[in-house]
Amino acid sequence: MDWNFIIFSLVKIAVVVGVVQGMVAYSVLAERKISAWIQDRVGPNRAAPPFMKYIPVLGPFLTRLGIFQPLADGLKFMFKEDFTPAGVRQIYFWLAPAIAVVPAMLTVAVIPFGSQIGNQHMVIADLNIGILYTFGIVSLGVYGIVLAGYAANSKYPFFGGIRSSAQMISYEISMGMSIIPVLLIVGNLNLSQIINWQSTHGWLVMYAPISFVIFMVASFAETNRTPFDLPEAETELVGGYHTEYSSMKFALFFLAEYSNMVASSAMMVTLFFGGWSLPFFGLDHVAGPGSLGLGIAHILIFVAKLLFFMVLFIWVRWMFPRFRYDQLMDLGWRRFLPLALVNILITAVWLYLRS
Amino acid sequence: MAITVNRKPLSFWEKLYLPAIAGGLKVTIKHAYGSLFQGKVVTMEYPEQRWTLPKNYRGAPYLVKDQDGSTKCVSCQLCEFVCPPKAIRITPPGQDGQAADRANAEKMPKEFEINMLRCIYCGMCQEVCPEEAIFLQNDWSHIAHNREEMIYNKEKLLALGGTHGGIQKWKHKLEEAEAQESFPVKV
Amino acid sequence: MPALPDILFYVFAALTLLCGVLVVANPLSRSPVTSAMFLVLTIISMSGLFVLLHAFFLGIVQIIVYAGAVMVLFLFVIMLLDLKEEARRKFKFFGIGAGLISFAAIVFIMLKSLKSAAPDANNPVGDGDTASLGKLLFTQYTLPFEVVSVLLLVAMVGVILLCKKKLE
Repeated sequence: MDWNFIIFSLVKIAVVVGVVQGMVAYSVLAERKISAWIQDRVGPNRAAPPFMKYIPVLGPFLTRLGIFQPLADGLKFMFKEDFTPAGVRQIYFWLAPAIAVVPAMLTVAVIPFGSQIGNQHMVIADLNIGILYTFGIVSLGVYGIVLAGYAANSKYPFFGGIRSSAQMISYEISMGMSIIPVLLIVGNLNLSQIINWQSTHGWLVMYAPISFVIFMVASFAETNRTPFDLPEAETELVGGYHTEYSSMKFALFFLAEYSNMVASSAMMVTLFFGGWSLPFFGLDHVAGPGSLGLGIAHILIFVAKLLFFMVLFIWVRWMFPRFRYDQLMDLGWRRFLPLALVNILITAVWLYLRS
Repeated sequence: MAITVNRKPLSFWEKLYLPAIAGGLKVTIKHAYGSLFQGKVVTMEYPEQRWTLPKNYRGAPYLVKDQDGSTKCVSCQLCEFVCPPKAIRITPPGQDGQAADRANAEKMPKEFEINMLRCIYCGMCQEVCPEEAIFLQNDWSHIAHNREEMIYNKEKLLALGGTHGGIQKWKHKLEEAEAQESFPVKV
Repeated sequence: MPALPDILFYVFAALTLLCGVLVVANPLSRSPVTSAMFLVLTIISMSGLFVLLHAFFLGIVQIIVYAGAVMVLFLFVIMLLDLKEEARRKFKFFGIGAGLISFAAIVFIMLKSLKSAAPDANNPVGDGDTASLGKLLFTQYTLPFEVVSVLLLVAMVGVILLCKKKLE
């Protein structure tokens, strides 16, 4: 057994999971702050540890920025009463939040978040079917929501679960179809290889813009974010599938939603925006064993791109009203699916003519 | 008769959603810019900033004292009776309880409690009080660590209520009576 | 000490069998949703077996198609129809007979095909590579592949025909 491999893998897993969790916590803060700014409000600006007010300028500034709010939120979630309503289906009620979170965390395993530091490739598992792996795992995420809806044994969560299952399947198809042109162009399912291809040929969003648009909209639908947040539609379904949940179980659903956001932002960056590469300043080639700085720069570039898409996710939420359910289905099946098929055809013909 | 409203058919660009998306982006970013850099926020940061209350604002009911510093309430229990949410509870002094601390009054309450958690600031107690001993005042924020603290007793209500030197009904009555030649009661 | 893949094979095989049995004969629950969830577990452990055979593509497609799409639709239908817990039924002689015959047929076909193919897990043929699988599907096995797609199309048309209330 290769101990080196095991130790480095464990370190990478710990770091990536930690970073994703931190991102989730702070994207909740970002969500609240950005929504506040868009709606002419201030947002969370109070929570702070007691010693903060003694630090001259920085303390009040950080407090007003709400930096400590996620800590307070986390603490609150831990200490809230974990209430199990009477008449729920116990096993599924307890299982559903876990089933929702685990796939969301697993998705990031195949995403290359940097090129190389020393001899280590900055990816947890460099699978040669990376894209398919993400699709497979993401498609399991729906069970958490469906089971939550079923387990709660009440009307609104049930509607949420039903809506979610139909929505996820519909948009998974458009999503899968939308990336086929990418695979045709690159000719590889390995995400690292796709980034390497982009670092020499340029970003794939220029080769397959329609794919990108479909993928982005479909990933909004897959993560249940606002224009398509019908499974949890507050105004009609109270809270949708998580209506009956409280405390840490509720927090786990939030964790799943935001981890999914991180994962799909990472997928968008990897598939269409060159992953860790930038086309200028010589940042586009894999860092060798000697160039530690370049390796770190690549990770920072990746995180910056990721954050851009996270902000986009949040921004869109505070911009659009929710789609109606028939509009959602119409968009998925009658607009995006044919468009994606035509896109595949065009790309195939273009590749054939070029070769 | 049902009226059919003809919907305007959407133009090509409207069907594409894209101009609408651009419009949405513009509006939201304008507001974000305004609240970030120009200070155009509507939030009132509460504990530091407070509302300026209108003159006739009616907040929590408190007991008041007269200009001599004596309790106005005579424990008639009309307010307790009329209070819609049953927030007021008065303990009368009883047969040989403490006498009123002012002239012209037979008694004053042994205990007077208002549960501020129940009070709805309706003002019925003020309307009904024959002695003008209870008034809705400007307080609207009550803070306590537990429910017991939210039940205000007589001392607290009197302290918060302050002095009300308005119409002094019984003083004028007394003056009027004394001015008469045949005054029925020895003072 | 046996190698890790061997241990994993037995773990996944046991899981597959156990969950498969629990789909149809769960002593604790007769709820259709529980059965469906155990079917999902069966599928996932089967994809684990595929991965152990270095057939990554098949393993993942198993999850995407069956666990991710088909079973979600199953759950959707079960929840929509609001199926009550199934009552225990008496076994019918005819049912047992038909089951045994189809089981024997499946075993026969599997044994026959396995004998002629004789796969060796330690020496995989194509390493489960997506590209080589695609090439095989579109050259050597084009006809069966297309026939299967036509079969699916027929099934779809049939369902639509059955669902339509009246034909014009």
